[in-house]
Amino acid sequence: MISAEIHNDTSALAEFEPASLDHDVLEVAMGPHHPSTHGVFRMDLVLDGETVVKLKPVFGYLHRNHEKIAEQNGYLAAIPYTDRLDYICSMTNNWAYVLTVEKLAGITVPERAEYIRVIVGELTRLFNHVCLAGFLLQDMGALGTPLMYAFREREKILDLFEALSGSRMMCNYLRFGGCRCDFPEGWIARAGEVVSNFSAFLDEFEALLTDNEILQARAQGVGVLPAALAINAGVTGPSLRASGVDYDLRKVDKYGIYARFEFRVPLGKNGDVFDRYMVRILEARESLKILEAALAAIPEGPILDPKTKLRGLRPKAGEAYGRIEAPKGELGFYLISDGGPKPYRFRVRPPSLINLTILEDLCLGHTVADVVVILGSIDIVLGEVDR
Amino acid sequence: MLGSGIIKGFIETGRNFAESYFVPERLTTVQYPEEQLPPHENTRTIPFLVYDASDPAVGLRCTACQICEQECPPGCIRIVKDTTKKPDFVGKMQFQPAVFEIDISVCMGCGICAEVCPFDSIKMDHVFNLCAVERLESMLVRKERLAKSNDYFRSIHPREAREIDAQRGEEKAKAEAKTRAAAAAKASPATNPVCGAAA
Repeated sequence: MISAEIHNDTSALAEFEPASLDHDVLEVAMGPHHPSTHGVFRMDLVLDGETVVKLKPVFGYLHRNHEKIAEQNGYLAAIPYTDRLDYICSMTNNWAYVLTVEKLAGITVPERAEYIRVIVGELTRLFNHVCLAGFLLQDMGALGTPLMYAFREREKILDLFEALSGSRMMCNYLRFGGCRCDFPEGWIARAGEVVSNFSAFLDEFEALLTDNEILQARAQGVGVLPAALAINAGVTGPSLRASGVDYDLRKVDKYGIYARFEFRVPLGKNGDVFDRYMVRILEARESLKILEAALAAIPEGPILDPKTKLRGLRPKAGEAYGRIEAPKGELGFYLISDGGPKPYRFRVRPPSLINLTILEDLCLGHTVADVVVILGSIDIVLGEVDR
Repeated sequence: MLGSGIIKGFIETGRNFAESYFVPERLTTVQYPEEQLPPHENTRTIPFLVYDASDPAVGLRCTACQICEQECPPGCIRIVKDTTKKPDFVGKMQFQPAVFEIDISVCMGCGICAEVCPFDSIKMDHVFNLCAVERLESMLVRKERLAKSNDYFRSIHPREAREIDAQRGEEKAKAEAKTRAAAAAKASPATNPVCGAAA
């Protein structure tokens, strides 16, 4: 339907009328089955030669009715569906949702569970950022090598997640009032080993990439996101911080126990693709610091508040908005309860979707090859965009 | 010098390639399917039903309480209660399922059924090489195919099974003690002596 609209609407093309007869603008539908669109995502491009003069993102191919399904099911049954929003970072999705339910129903979380959340959340951030760098390099034409190195390290963390929660990606691990099960034997030691080796891997990854002249030529000065536009469009996460805006919910909201950890928020200066890459690598290094502190300080104790009612939870009528700093930006859930066993309204504020709205502004005037790189640097997951 | 970054990168890939022959951290893959890594204890794929002893018809732990059916997020479980009851492990009469079906083409393997089951009956399996040539009959797993022995459960979830066995053994001992006490007292021989034990 949308494609028919753009084809019939010739007025949109009128303003790009070619200066002479020997060249014409060209409409290209890039996607939905294109390896560089990170899922089923289409961009309707209008090209003048190789330069983008208009870009229209088209999404919805992966719409699964997440919000309505959650309104049909109870509060507990929505947790496995949140895994499937941003299917790379299921732990942080769980976290944002359970945080909102806890706010809504006034549930407290035991100390140990708070530490577990920080540990699994930061591990998620770690591999999300590394994989993003790998995907970005793949979009630039480095087929395989950086991505495979990133996936090799990610595999070690997914292995930890599987030992803990039973599933590599669809963890379904956190619960309102705590989490589902305690660490298996020797898990903390293994996690400590992965974390202590990760710093060496980041050094190696940076030696492979950061100084690479091709990466610099492709990334520096490309897709510049001015801070004002980023703030106006509601962009959050590493993309916002790469534009130099100091806004990290872990510092602003201090949700959970983040106030106890020492870490810095890396900021970019130019807001280009290279800054967005660099901010993520630096953030991964800061995550390592948090992880080391959390793994050392984790106390013994219960992992689930014994007063929590997992089945048949009926929060009293009211509303709550909970948000966390997910690896991709501010992930928020908005819940309204009418006192029944199901949420009256369930709404997700997905960082991927809102960060995607600036795509056209970043791409205008660049070539098609740069569009691919810019899209890669925004870091979207279509499961979260379309929900 | 222009190009020094690229050369540095090549040195890195070269080191990775060479070390992949003798440093295990560099080569993390195995030659599947000839070589397979053992699954973790917590690994979950699809649910199954546990039965005690050797006969699934007698030892099935499921009491058809239908909690898993209500809580299943995609609604892939269907249970029909049988009209007759059978004694459970402490001797108390309990309902049993006449029909217990899981549509594993719908099941998303979240494990909520195993989490909410109050009778330790439904548990998550480790099988993952599930394939079929049609999607109706072979994807609808009925009670007979779902039922797996407690020995199998012990083999895949040793830690969890130990805890459950200990707990059930305790409950059984308590119930037997109560039966003996009731038999010894003989004050009211007609009452059901174990009705309080499982509560």
